[in-house]
Amino acid sequence: MSTGTASAGQISGTRAMLRRFRHHRLALAGTVVLVLLVVACFGATWIAPAKQGVQDLALGPTAPSWAHLLGTDELGRDYLSELLYAGRMSLAIGFFVAVVATVVGTAVGAVAGYVGGVVGEVIMRLTDLFLIVPAIAILALALNGLGSSPVTIVLVLSGISWTYIARVVRSQVLSLREKEFIDAAKVTGTSTARILVRHMLPNLAGIITVNISLAAASAIIVESTLSFLGFGVQPPRTSWGNMLSQASGLVGTPQVYLLYFPGLFILVTVLCVNFIGDGLRDALDPQGRQL
Amino acid sequence: MTHDDGPAEPLLVVDDLRVVFDTDRGPAVTVDGLSFEVRQGETLGIVGESGSGKSMTSLAILGLLPPTARVSGSIRFRGRELLPLSDREMRELRGNEISLVFQDALAALNPVMTVGDQLAEAVSVHHPKTSRDELHRRSIELLELVGIPSAETRIRQYPHEFSGGMRQRVDIAMAVANDPALLIADEPTTALDVTVQAQILDVLRTVQDRTGTTVMLVTHDLGVVAGTADRVLVMYAGNKVEEGPVEQTFYETAHPYTRGLLASLPRMDRRDRGERLFQIAGQPPAATALPSGCRFAPRCPSFAADPCAQSVPSPQTVGTDHVAACHRVANLREESA
Amino acid sequence: MTATGTRSDALVIDRLVTEYPIRGGLFSRRIGTVQAVSGVSLRIPAGQTFGLVGETGCGKSTLGRTVVRLVDAQSGSVRLGDAEISSLGKSAFRSVRRRIQLVFQDPYASLNPRLSVGAILAEPLIVHGLHTGRRQERVRELLELVGLDPAHASRFPLEFSGGQRQRIGIARALAVEPEVLVLDEPVSALDVSVQAGILNLLDDLQREFGLTYLFIAHDLSVVRHLSHEVGVMYLGTIVEQGPVDEVYENPLHPYTRALLSAVPIADPRIERGRERIVLRGDVPSPANPPSGCRFRTRCWKATDLCAAETPQPRLLDNRLVACHHTD
Repeated sequence: MSTGTASAGQISGTRAMLRRFRHHRLALAGTVVLVLLVVACFGATWIAPAKQGVQDLALGPTAPSWAHLLGTDELGRDYLSELLYAGRMSLAIGFFVAVVATVVGTAVGAVAGYVGGVVGEVIMRLTDLFLIVPAIAILALALNGLGSSPVTIVLVLSGISWTYIARVVRSQVLSLREKEFIDAAKVTGTSTARILVRHMLPNLAGIITVNISLAAASAIIVESTLSFLGFGVQPPRTSWGNMLSQASGLVGTPQVYLLYFPGLFILVTVLCVNFIGDGLRDALDPQGRQL
Repeated sequence: MTHDDGPAEPLLVVDDLRVVFDTDRGPAVTVDGLSFEVRQGETLGIVGESGSGKSMTSLAILGLLPPTARVSGSIRFRGRELLPLSDREMRELRGNEISLVFQDALAALNPVMTVGDQLAEAVSVHHPKTSRDELHRRSIELLELVGIPSAETRIRQYPHEFSGGMRQRVDIAMAVANDPALLIADEPTTALDVTVQAQILDVLRTVQDRTGTTVMLVTHDLGVVAGTADRVLVMYAGNKVEEGPVEQTFYETAHPYTRGLLASLPRMDRRDRGERLFQIAGQPPAATALPSGCRFAPRCPSFAADPCAQSVPSPQTVGTDHVAACHRVANLREESA
Repeated sequence: MTATGTRSDALVIDRLVTEYPIRGGLFSRRIGTVQAVSGVSLRIPAGQTFGLVGETGCGKSTLGRTVVRLVDAQSGSVRLGDAEISSLGKSAFRSVRRRIQLVFQDPYASLNPRLSVGAILAEPLIVHGLHTGRRQERVRELLELVGLDPAHASRFPLEFSGGQRQRIGIARALAVEPEVLVLDEPVSALDVSVQAGILNLLDDLQREFGLTYLFIAHDLSVVRHLSHEVGVMYLGTIVEQGPVDEVYENPLHPYTRALLSAVPIADPRIERGRERIVLRGDVPSPANPPSGCRFRTRCWKATDLCAAETPQPRLLDNRLVACHHTD
């Protein structure tokens, strides 16, 4: 209680936030790698060694070499280039699912938590329903019925993952609602909408960023799983998921190592996103480690 | 209990005690060069605000400081040095010869054990050969000692079936279960309402009369000390600033901090509405950023650059058995005379 | 007793009742009711302080929260100057809201840790559309008013000590220029040496702005220091109220006597020479209060009459006392 004032000259606000983030080494490394990956994928047209889908049937499958860093597939396509082009789809799906699921989940969770009562109960029972059904099966069925264009994939994946965010946000809002500073805002005469946006949202920033990263990471993984099962992104569109699926046909051939490359890209992306989420959560917490 | 004739060595002697924690902001000095004694049969009141080091001192005596604490100096209990003792040796001492009454009685009691079982355990841990009947009899006796009616039925109840005041009584009963020589009560009434506080202080007094235990009462409440302590030790920022018999400390207050504390208290027995309360300037220092020289110097109304900012004042005798750690204590005496 | 009030009364509370539901079972149904405030009446002349004392669970904080409408009253009324506020609809109340503000007990929990102090103090100004165009200036004025460095507006609450945070809480309440402040245990979380500064500040602010205080506290010394009138609450009702010196020097209700005698005084000779009334037992549960006089289970004067009839407040020696056995 009497630990007194914090050290003088402490920097507040955005600068302190940036400083805390910079001190999170893994997050910093994750950011660098992810930025490189995003630039490489979306700049593939200029960066990739080969144009997308250019075949060289005469060349056929080759092992990694200086000419083809990750080798070529059975159609003689440069595998690194193919992976970079496919990354655009995987990263975009991760990004959009994260945004849609977070916006919807946060809004629903916040309202359910703050308003409470019957509305809150109904919403939460609905999210329970989403939690108990086997998600992959539902997704597969839905995509089968709706067709698996990238937009429907994003919508269907968001449809599943917003419930997680809604639950987390709701439980956080439930505890924030009891805080005295929320009472203080009410006594001031602050409207409900403003209390939610101005007083609660900043306190939710930490868990929301963590969930954005979790949602993005899991969307990339789920999309890969679906594609692997044949329900995801359909050829001729490529994603890391369906490249993984195609490479799985190589089991038993000398080219089986091709299976690892899309897997590696997925793994690295997911790790980076998670590290960034952790770093942001710490950076957004003013009570966090003082550096 | 040992009964020596004549002026025996005090029950507890704390000498140059220092408790330091390492933090991100450097070492936090919570107790610094603290020396005092607790005499057989007395009630010593240790007063201080939060962060003064009073609770750290009692934890150090009990050997309950977290392992990250760096402790130096000496704590002698009945002539035996406590600091080098192993955990096992301290456990034998704790709850037996030295015991503790907590501030939060609920946290100190096990919610899934009946009160009787907990009292019996408090005894049997240190006296494993006690028979079941004897334990039962002793548990009832203890509850009666702390004034809990219908003890026979109460021992079969769980802590949640007791009110806050009743739980604090149970806590006291546990603490005195083995007739400790020293009872450390750390803010025993802080969480309680005044009418319940009055009951608990009454119980502590009764227990002390009946068992002859020595009490070290740690509190922030000067009123509680005025009513219960024989001697008072005032702490500020890890230092002892004043120590003396209760009347001298309150009526011939020597240290500017103690004076400030007493003057800043509104008094229930005075018509002082509209009068300004004395305000001690500033904030207590952080344990990681103690001022050089006298710890109270930056807030002291009697501050003089030399010597206050230069050196930590050592306790000087200002009356019979009464010391104050202030460089300017002589000047202050003249001023107020 | 009905508090009639005169034009100079800043706050008049009349037979106010606040209940909380006890919920349990499936779908948290209402399975009972706790009456936290059971028909409290009091009035505070403008510019004065009414001290409300009582122990944990007596309903004093609920009363404060009801007055600022954080909790809805079951019945009774609250009048702020000439405006009856307990019957106003939510939107109509919003326009009166800034006339009555609350200062919270816990300076750690009552400030949003994610907002800078400047933002915390600007909030009320934005919400009520005050000082548009010169809000930063107003924030600095407010900080200065409560004795803080205006340059610290960009800092966050965790950078301040408990006493400084409580000053921020007071500045926030003052931001909308209220007439009445409900002070809910504003110093009970603070150390003695810090407490004095806050009490002096409250005193200064009252003089400077003619503020009216409803001062809720369990510390009877603090209440005496700040209050003109005092009310003693026990289990949802005021058992005695009157001018502060008269109640403290000659308490009439047995509970007031016991309560005052239990407060330790920081003076060894006085403290040891006092006659102390140590009450039996504990406060009964507000969910199931005793019949008749609620204090009778702990009262040494209780008779059959006390169980049968609820004592009504009577005017005695310049104050209101609710007891069958005071004469």
